[in-house]
Order: sequence, then C-alpha cells, then structure tokens
Amino acid sequence: MKSDDTALATGSRETVHAGPGDLPVNELYLEYAPAPETAPVEILPRYGHFIDGAFVEPADGKYFETINPATEQVLSEVALGTEPDVDRAVQAARRALSAWRSLSGGERGKYLYRIARRMQERARELAVLESMDGGKPIKESRDVDIPLAAAHFFYHAGWADKLRYAIPGLRSEPEPLGVCAQIIPWNFPLLMAAWKLAPALACGNTCVLKPAETTPLTALRLAEIFQEVGLPAGVVNIVTGDGSTGRALAEHPDIDKIAFTGSTQVGKQIARSVAARARPIPLTLELGGKSPNIIFEDASIDQAIEGIISGIYFNQGHVCCAGSRLLVQESIHDEVLTKLRLRMESLRVGDPLDKNTDIGAINSKTQHETITRYLTLGVREGAPLHVAGCNGTNDRDALLEHALSCAPRGYWCRPCFFSEVEPSQTIAREEIFGPVLSVMTFRTPDEAIQRANNTPYGLAAGVWTDKGSKIFEIARRLRAGVIWCNTYNRFDPSSPFGGYKESGFGREGGVHGLHAYLRLPTGAPQ
Amino acid sequence: MSRLSVAKTYKLFIAGAFSRTESGRSLKIDAPDGPVHLCRASRKDLRNAVEAARKAQPSWADANAFLRSQIFYRLAEMMEGKRDELIASIRCESEPPSRDEACREVEASIDRVVHYAGWCDKYPQVVGCANPVSGPYHNFTIPEPVGVVALVCPDARPLLGLVSLLAPAICTGNAVVTLASERNGVPACVLAEAAATSDLPAGVLNILTGLHEELLPHLAPHREVGAITALNPTPQYTRTLREGVAENLKRVTIFDADPMSPDAQGPEWISATVDHKTLWHPSAT
Repeated sequence: MKSDDTALATGSRETVHAGPGDLPVNELYLEYAPAPETAPVEILPRYGHFIDGAFVEPADGKYFETINPATEQVLSEVALGTEPDVDRAVQAARRALSAWRSLSGGERGKYLYRIARRMQERARELAVLESMDGGKPIKESRDVDIPLAAAHFFYHAGWADKLRYAIPGLRSEPEPLGVCAQIIPWNFPLLMAAWKLAPALACGNTCVLKPAETTPLTALRLAEIFQEVGLPAGVVNIVTGDGSTGRALAEHPDIDKIAFTGSTQVGKQIARSVAARARPIPLTLELGGKSPNIIFEDASIDQAIEGIISGIYFNQGHVCCAGSRLLVQESIHDEVLTKLRLRMESLRVGDPLDKNTDIGAINSKTQHETITRYLTLGVREGAPLHVAGCNGTNDRDALLEHALSCAPRGYWCRPCFFSEVEPSQTIAREEIFGPVLSVMTFRTPDEAIQRANNTPYGLAAGVWTDKGSKIFEIARRLRAGVIWCNTYNRFDPSSPFGGYKESGFGREGGVHGLHAYLRLPTGAPQ
Repeated sequence: MSRLSVAKTYKLFIAGAFSRTESGRSLKIDAPDGPVHLCRASRKDLRNAVEAARKAQPSWADANAFLRSQIFYRLAEMMEGKRDELIASIRCESEPPSRDEACREVEASIDRVVHYAGWCDKYPQVVGCANPVSGPYHNFTIPEPVGVVALVCPDARPLLGLVSLLAPAICTGNAVVTLASERNGVPACVLAEAAATSDLPAGVLNILTGLHEELLPHLAPHREVGAITALNPTPQYTRTLREGVAENLKRVTIFDADPMSPDAQGPEWISATVDHKTLWHPSAT
C-alpha cells in the first residue's frame, strides 16, 4: 500500500459500502475497489460442546449467541458450559489419558502431523471463519493466524518422540502431567488453541480447552478436524462458555495442570485458586503487557515507522505484546511523529473480509467500551490525541467521536495515538488492548531503559537502532521475555514466547515451551 | 585458673554487614554445650534485606560468569576453612546429630558449592539455544536471573538445605534473602561469615534468622521479590507461599527432596529462579 500525499493533503476520503449488502463500512481514501473474500463457510445454527470425540448438548440446555463484530449479526449459538459439562469433559480426558500417554511418541506425533496438514487444507475456510467471528482482517487471519497455528502443530509433532532431549540431563522419556485445563483469549482464537494444544498433546497429556466467549467457532472447527484425522476420543475436549465456565474448569479438582492466557487480573485469581488447592498443580500464565517500543536517533527511521505501525495496529491492537508505549529519542521526535501520522493515515479501516483492510472490527462491544473508556481518560488526562483522518481539529469530543464511530453497526476504532504522554498517566501504565499508542520521549539510553522497565509488566519490547553493540546492551537490560530488535510482532513455533514479572510465567513455543507440559525430574511443580 | 571463653554473638547478615535485628528480640536454642542466642528478625529486617538484595543484584548479574564462578569457588574454599565451626554449628540443637553425620553434611555442602561454581558459565549454554525460525531472522533464547529471590530453608539439614537453595539461585546472578532453618539458624550465621570473606559482593546474600510463621506472611506477597524457592516446607507454609504468587506473579517453587541425595542439584534447581529471554533480529545486507 502506498501513501497518497495529495489525498492526505486535501483530506479527501469517501465511505464505500463494500461487500454484499449490509456490511457497514469500508473506508477508502484511495480508489480501491472492494475485494471481499468470497469463500463460503458453512456455519451450523448451533454447536454443542466437543466431549469424548463427539458434539454433545450442554447439561442444562443453555446456549449463547456468537456474533460477527463487524455486522453485529448472529453467526451461531454455542453451548454455555456449566460445572456438569466441565466435569464430563475432564472425565473424558482422564479416561483417554492412559492410552494416549502410552502411545509411542512417534505415533502421537503422526496424529499431530495429520492435524497440521488438515488445517492447511482447510486454511481458507478457517481464515474466513476467524475473521467473521473475531473481526480481524482476512489478510492477517489468512497470512498469520492460520498458517502459524498449523505450523505449531507441525513443529510440535516432531517433538513427540524426542522429549528426552527437551530437558538437559534426562536418561529416559519424561512423563506428561496428565489432564490439562487450557483457557484461551479472543485475540488469536485458533492460534492460541494451537499454542496450548500442540505442546500438551506432543508431551502425552490430554486436554480440556475453553475458548473465549466471543470467539468459539474456529476451535469448534478444529474439533471437526480432530474427528476427521481420527484423534482418539477424549484426547481433546472443548467446552464453550463464558468466564464462569473458565472458572469451573480452573477449579475442577481432577485436573493436573492449568495453562491460561488472558488478563493479569484473571491470571492472579487463578494463581490464588491454585494456591488453595489441596494438591498443588503446575500453572503457566501468559498475561498482559504494556510493551515499550524504543526508537533511538540512530535507527533507520522508515523501518522503525513500519515497526511502530505493526507493533500497535496489528490485529486492532488486540495483542498482549503490542508495542503500546512508544519511546522516541527527543532529537527525532518531530520527524517520527510526522511520519507516523502519515503512515497511520494510510491504514484502511473496514470490512474484515476485504483483502485490502488493515484494521478490522473491534472484537466485542465490551472491548469497544474498554477502549472508549481509555480514550476518554487519556483525553481528560491532557495528552493530545491524534486520530487517523482527523487532522486539523483540536476539539476533543469531535476527535473521540471520529475515532469511535465509524459505522452505524459493528464495533470500530480508528487507529490513533496520544503524544506528549507522561509516564504517570493511565494510558502509559494500563493495557488498553486497542489501536491506541502512547508516545513518550527520552534523552539518554539510561533514561530509555528506566522508562521502559518502569512497569509491572514484562512481556515484550522493541529496540530500533542501527548500532549493533547498542542493540545487545539495550536488549540485555530490558526486563521482558521477548525482545524484538529492528523488528516487531514476529512469531514462530520454534521461538519461545512468554513474559517476565506480572506478564506471567512459563514459555510457549520452542523447546522451553515443552517444559510446561512435562513432569520435571525433581517433581517440583513450577 | 581456667580461662573464660568468649562466646560468639550471632547476628543477621544484611547488605554485607552483620547487624542485630532492629526489633531487639532474640531466639534461644538449647544446645548441649549451653544455650545459643540468635536474632529473631522482624518485618523491618526483612524489608531491609530485600532492599539490600535489590540494590546489589544488577551489578552481580553484570559480573561476568567466569568471575562469578571464581567467587563461588572461593566461597567453597572459605567453607573448607571453617569446616570445624560448621560441623559444630550443625550440632547446635537440643537433639544434635552425631559428629559424623554433621561432618557428612558439611562436606556435601562444600561440594555442592563447587558443583554450582562450575554451572555459572555453563548453564546458559545448556538451556539457551538458537531457534530455527522460518524467516530471515537471527533468533536466540538465553536465561536471565529473575532478580531478588527469597529462600525458605528446611529444619532438617540446616546447612545443606540452605546451600541447596542458595547456590542455584545466585550462580546465575540473582541476589537472595534467606530465611534460615527455624530450628537451627546457627549454620546459616557461620556460612554468612564464610560468604563475607569470599568476595561475594555485599547484599548478594542476605541471611535472616527468626520465626518463619512470623516472616512468611510478609515475604510471600513482597512485590520486590521475583521468586521464592523452598525446600520441604510444611503444607501450611506451602500454602502461604503459593498465595504470594497471586500478588505479583512471583515464581514460587517448592522442592521436595532429600538434600543429601546427589540428585538434589543440577540445572532444574537453577531453572526455578531464571526467566528466558528471546531475542529477534533481522538478518539482511
């Protein structure tokens, strides 16, 4: 995508209704024709839980609707899991455990390879469904979420018969933990399911997965794939529902492990409930962040701008490791801001199923309200707000209105950023989980480090400089689990991901991710 | 005329200095050779110790691994020199173990320090790795110390229990606050004297004697503590420690092991107090 200075200068833009009929918005400032993804996806009117290899009715017969956040149309109804459902799923996983764990690693691996292959074959359908249920641009679900999810199964398949090499000093195959309770968020629904299930299964565990309330559909499609590839019944069970379903799963007495990805607040609740258990069980938590993205004056500025953009606007900013605090060296502040504003203007907000869309729909009404609250708070705290397509006005209410109301239906937020942010302001401290960047400055590398580390979180960080020695020194002193140097938001199944401090503990991906699903030699639960 | 011996006053070890508890309280151990008095550390002492550890940790982590390794080895040298005193300290209990038994514990403790001296510059090689990502990126993962680690020592094996927790925590660059064995804190005090003469920077090792029941509820939720390791704690203490996780998500590891076992050491003990950092960098001309 090229930026068009003329269009920007005149502020010319028009709103086009893209796609069939009632899709609400596709905002173009260039004359792009709509390019909607047309692959048809069959969605059943109603889905039960996936337990013991079959889709089953929920115990108390309750269902809830899952909607397309771009249109607010109901896509389907899914089962609302309660304690009896969770119990049934845990029991199924328990029954399946002994056969699954005693299967040879090579055979277990072959099931995972089959799953990866089937996901690749159904990639287009999965991508469309992911974008419909979650609002993310098809470009991202097609090029990032689905290929990475399949790659995750493929990578871990190869580990299943090599587990003795995963932990230094082992003389024999390490043992699985048992029945794993896995609770995942709505920002990367299928990818998070893969991050959780693939290593657990490779290590010989059986699983009960609880997808997020707003994005259950691709996990249920994955269940169909499990049926297709003949994965033994009960090895993976999926219980849909809301927070109460997740709590019932996390507090179930007969689970051997909890893996949770989500907010730090819920992560702490889970840690507390694990502490209260009669029998301690291992816990891994992948939680929130307020990751710094540090741009030094000796960086390649144009590359850095691309990194800032993908750091905060990828997936509407619904990314736990989003580079949501931009730390710019004072000497290049004005240049970076000018270029950032220009590049931000070129992002296309619109129909998630349009292949040219950069920013899709906000995942849910609840999340839209959260973003609205933070934007309002940031404005009230006095930081200047810059909203794409809204140059030249300083009227706060107009800016907020413009940022948050893109279309009559669906949940939207235009890309935006706050400049002149003070470290003490809420928008510099708390995770917004939306396309909202907070820009701050620093003078010296020491000050950059101090500001970057001044947070209870420690998930990720970005560093931009062309000086190699500086990269290593800054990366060393940053307290975060993933450091992207001259790049941002890169993921790979072989690369461990996870945080320091209040961003959680345990790693996902790579050899380190396997440790979260194996019984370690000392028997010490992590 | 027989000479009156000079009895030692045991103190806390905080920021490289031997200081009395600010609370002015003490604990009495009825040892066979007469009573021994130890400091009963307070919440304020605990906070001071954490602050000292926090201050000392970055430069200890920055010290190169070869230097840390040499300092560790020197600690073993100093312990060897205090062998008899360490043996006597282990027997400072109302029902002391035999001299032979105490001797074995001291020898195992010294050997354990030597074991970890060798890990300082090898652990990152064993658990770190280059990751073959699909894309033009150089990607690698390295272990780093979590920062300040609190150690909760068992009653049994008051010296070896402490060493088994202490050595794996500080060899990677953590600084520690130790709650010494509640039943017999004397070996910890003697170890502090060895540490004080081993070039270990002030504040890297802090030792508190006192009542666990009194200190754990303040230690577990302490926000400056990044990890806690404990060896064979009671179920009640285990629960208190685990609840501390919920405060700031500190890493809590409960080891259940006989420290005399040769298996009670190694990389998995180190892994309880490190985090893994992964770096990405594009590879291009």
